[in-house]
Amino acid sequence: MSDELDDLYQDIILDHSRRPRNFGRMEAPSAVGEGYNPMCGDQLSVFLKMDGDKIADVKFIGELCAISKASASLMTLRVKGKTLTAAREAIADMKTLVAGEKDPPIAVEERVGDAIALKGVRKFPARVKCATLAWHALDAALAGSGKVSTE
Amino acid sequence: MKTRAPSAPPFDAASVREDFPILDTQVGAHALVYLDNAATAQKPQAVIDAVSHYYASTNANIHRGVHYLSGEATDAYDKARVTVANFLNAAEPRECIFVRGTTEAINLVASSWGRTNLKKGDEILLTTMEHHANIVPWQLVAAATGAIIKVIPITDRGELELSQLDQLLTPKVKLLAVTQISNALGTINPVRELVQKAHKVGALVLVDGAQSTPHLRVDVRALDCDFFAFSGHKVFGPTGIGVLYGKAALLEKMPPYQGGGDMIDRVTFEKTTFRGLPERFEAGTPDISGAIGLAAAIHYLAKFDHSALAAYESDLLTYATEAVANVNGVRLIGEAPEKAGVLSFVMEGVHPHDIGTVLDSVGIAIRAGHHCCQPLMKRLGLAGTARASFAFYNTRTEADRLADALVKVKKMFG
Repeated sequence: MSDELDDLYQDIILDHSRRPRNFGRMEAPSAVGEGYNPMCGDQLSVFLKMDGDKIADVKFIGELCAISKASASLMTLRVKGKTLTAAREAIADMKTLVAGEKDPPIAVEERVGDAIALKGVRKFPARVKCATLAWHALDAALAGSGKVSTE
Repeated sequence: MKTRAPSAPPFDAASVREDFPILDTQVGAHALVYLDNAATAQKPQAVIDAVSHYYASTNANIHRGVHYLSGEATDAYDKARVTVANFLNAAEPRECIFVRGTTEAINLVASSWGRTNLKKGDEILLTTMEHHANIVPWQLVAAATGAIIKVIPITDRGELELSQLDQLLTPKVKLLAVTQISNALGTINPVRELVQKAHKVGALVLVDGAQSTPHLRVDVRALDCDFFAFSGHKVFGPTGIGVLYGKAALLEKMPPYQGGGDMIDRVTFEKTTFRGLPERFEAGTPDISGAIGLAAAIHYLAKFDHSALAAYESDLLTYATEAVANVNGVRLIGEAPEKAGVLSFVMEGVHPHDIGTVLDSVGIAIRAGHHCCQPLMKRLGLAGTARASFAFYNTRTEADRLADALVKVKKMFG
């Protein structure tokens, strides 16, 4: 197997895909965001429980590939307990990390924490949408628009 | 098609591979294993040369020029239509309309025949295993006319549920649109039998031949289908060219699909009259080089003894199916007894997309996802499958490499 493949499926990604954190449906969420990737048919729902300006709890469900599931799992860890502003910054950071035209700035790499493991996706253009799916859905939940497609 | 005639020369895949320059591709450190033939087939040098030769020595617009090159191009284009007609065993070349591909062929029938002949309450009968290209055009025409779409269900093995056919096939059905081979499952459907039954209730039949033309010997007159659609690029020809076959008596009564040059008899601002077949359905400058390339692909295929080729493909699919089925955690999707070309599967705990990425890293090209068959995936309770699809230039060695790589996939994610 190639080095690039090892960069994509790092242990932390495989771990989060096998044992996703905050995976499951939420009773009475404050907001729900749906993500859909028309290329593969994958769909995902992100549930938020807000406490004022803060994300008190976040969960997700979906039929997902290893990359999209790990990304969603890492996302929940990144935004749980954070303010709306901080969550929006986290979404922007993730887009810069996996889909930015240039290599991401050091500051972004430092901020994203364990989600840095998703950087390997940059070398697999066909898989970038898998990595961003959950974050698009979170964005939709925060915006109150409910549904997004990666197209 | 499973037995080889005793006199047939054995099929030699190794020498056939030399005809396809792209098969020498290296993907990183690995020799390419191309198992995405149901998406598009690779092109033999003969096709590449025919297209190149056309542009290097014959290029001109057809049917209009008085000059030498226009005559040559027109001649080559018209000959391509004769080649296609022979390939399908159509009664006349004018029954073969050049289009962009299977999708456009189906849209042509849905738009032209459908909008003229369908009315509120009429039924269009499809099957669960249709490609989106044989669903969505009918939904559009149903929305425009008030016609209703009904669906022949499938069994868990991926065969049509023929026991329900008599119940569904009532005189309300005006058209049955069915694929001859499922692109997602490989199932070969009993099209001849379906045509006979449909005709008994007065329904026309459109056959989607996108997946069958690369594997079966098609005879539209033996099938007695009313329309037959296929794509050049899946039968080792260029992209951008395809064919709609229709019985002349039907095509002659259908209004034009698109308006423009080449398809008119006489134009005034008061009234325009249209040409006959096939020009009426070929508005504008057609894909001349594509038609010539497609004819070259058909001539290339004609060099082989078809029964030897079919026997080789059948053996290869059986071999690959066993090799892949033996991998721990693999479940085959689509186990009809009559299959061609396609090996669809899922792996426990591993998403098809991840299978595709890992296989790509060792040079193996497959397709992962819903294969433009979302209703079929829903019926099977799957988000998608991994699909290896074969052509006659694939080998047992390649099937072994696929199975070996799947063992690694299982280790990695399992």
